Amino acid sequence: MIKVNFLSKKSNKVKRVKNESFKGFWERNRLSNGYLLKKTIGRKLFNFCRAVMLFGLVFLILQPILSKISVSFMEERDLYDATIINIPRNWSVSNYEMSSMLMNYKSSIISTLWVSLLIAVIQLASTTLVAYGFARYNFPGKKLLFAAVILSIVIPPQTILTALYLNFRHFDIFGLFKLFTGKSINLLGSILPYVMISAGAMGLKNGLYIFMLRQYFRGIPKEMEEAAYVDGCGKLKTFFIIMLPDAKPMLTSIFLFSYVWQWTDTFYSSLFLREFRLLANAVAGLGDGLMTYIQNISNRTAFPSTAYTQAIISTGTLMVVAPLIIIYIVAQKGFVESLAQSGIKM
Amino acid sequence: MDKEKKQKKQRKQRKPKSMAYRNAVAGYLFTAPFIIGFLLFLLVPLMQSLRMAFSDVKFEGGIAYYFVKFANFKYIFTVDPEFVPFMINELIQMAYTVPSIIIFSFFIAIVLNQEFKGRGLVRAIFFLPVILSSGVLIGLETNNTLMQGLKDVIAESSNATSITDTVKSMFLSEGTYIGPIQYVFDAVDRVYEIAMASGIQIIIFLSGLQTISASMFEAAKIEGATAWETFWKITFPMVSSLILVNVIYSIIDFFVRSDNEVMTHIKNTMTASIEYGRSSAMAWTYFAVIAVIITVTSALISKRVYYYD
Repeated sequence: MIKVNFLSKKSNKVKRVKNESFKGFWERNRLSNGYLLKKTIGRKLFNFCRAVMLFGLVFLILQPILSKISVSFMEERDLYDATIINIPRNWSVSNYEMSSMLMNYKSSIISTLWVSLLIAVIQLASTTLVAYGFARYNFPGKKLLFAAVILSIVIPPQTILTALYLNFRHFDIFGLFKLFTGKSINLLGSILPYVMISAGAMGLKNGLYIFMLRQYFRGIPKEMEEAAYVDGCGKLKTFFIIMLPDAKPMLTSIFLFSYVWQWTDTFYSSLFLREFRLLANAVAGLGDGLMTYIQNISNRTAFPSTAYTQAIISTGTLMVVAPLIIIYIVAQKGFVESLAQSGIKM
Repeated sequence: MDKEKKQKKQRKQRKPKSMAYRNAVAGYLFTAPFIIGFLLFLLVPLMQSLRMAFSDVKFEGGIAYYFVKFANFKYIFTVDPEFVPFMINELIQMAYTVPSIIIFSFFIAIVLNQEFKGRGLVRAIFFLPVILSSGVLIGLETNNTLMQGLKDVIAESSNATSITDTVKSMFLSEGTYIGPIQYVFDAVDRVYEIAMASGIQIIIFLSGLQTISASMFEAAKIEGATAWETFWKITFPMVSSLILVNVIYSIIDFFVRSDNEVMTHIKNTMTASIEYGRSSAMAWTYFAVIAVIITVTSALISKRVYYYD
């Protein structure tokens, strides 16, 4: 059993002191003119209703995963058998082998791991610096700049998608490259465009990270830094030695957010990171991949059945999500605790 | 550039600068990644796409823009058979979904803030959608026809439709008017989607609920306030600022989610039919609509927000 106890700030529960007079429940009930009985029944009923409701909702959230797990272990003939609903009759891992082969699982999981790690680290570094700048220093134009952060959250990436794509297709900095080499550089197909976007804190949901980190930094008392300054510590040193260790829980959760969302993102990945065969792209193309594969081996225009395609896609989804769920189970304490502490307010 | 000049001047004069000045420099330096990133990867592309929206984009060696005034906008509103219906559909869905998400996540946050056994586990499961409904996964989920099929088979074989249908038939047989109740039925029918979309919102509400000091509730209790009164007089005002945050977050999240029809249409117009001008025009229209909706809702809500200082 995994020990789950996050968000358990200070529990408000007061230890019940045992009644010294050792009066029974009915005795006490009689003394309170039936109030105690009414109250206890009410509380029990409320607890019961809450438990039923929560169980239902928890089941609702977990059900797709559970049904995917059951489908992923079925053989193809089990899928058409109406008498089999949840528990497979013929257990097999052939679905896993199939989707692993189609997704090129081993190589793509390794590249996804590295790419997500690199991007998450870069995004964390740049958003932390920016958020600290916003939280602690006053400078002319700060409000305008922060409005720009909000703008970067609000603008749907599709608005600038076209222009961004063309920019990197014909990459140039103020026409300098064209001046010297005679042509612009095509940066698509390398990881550079996305690294640059991440370093500029413009990646997936980076505005949101800046916002959350800024709130967190503002919550840390200023006296710590002032003491450091008085002792002759420089601004950068203060940031690294005093502020970063304090913000560790928030940094962890931003890193995890960035990692997880990068892992499942197809928007930027399909645009800039197509060459890396990331898992998210692989699973998105799984259905088509299966069709091509079936047609290739059967040498004619045969179609895999819908049920089988969906079973393979479900298996693929499970294989993509599994590492994330493991990370979540390991790190969920920090993942949510820090968010709860930050007290996000407008 | 201006900064460097100033720094040079500083060296020349050898005069210590004020604290405010040095802080400003540090502020600019810390936020430099964002400033550069914003200019290069947001503002410039944004302006370019605005230019594209008003011109016909052609590839003749490089990119060539031919200014065509409002032709692209005229096209997407009058000729394109899909854009306007998609857009209207999206707006109606938004109006349905966002209030349900807010109410649901607020309710769940209150429940998860109470003390009961296994609370940690339940919380962990409720935040799981943060992972499960991100990026590619949500699109796969909605396209999963097999699960839909299984559900239908089960519904047929057990000869029962959804619980809301049963309840609704009871209402209808009495010939009652069910206008607003229809909304509740729809929300209950789509409770899975709502639960999947409200992971972050629950966390935000929960963080707000935990910042309310227990002494307030205690004082109210001593004064004889009922739970109902306590909710409306203490809990609700104290988290009202988070309702604003959550409404805005939900609206944005709804509009930019990856299985969004309008988004897919914009992307297809660009990549499949290589109509850069039209796709930019669509994206700008979409953005303008979102901006208007967010401004209006936040103006409406922020009037009623109570700030406790």
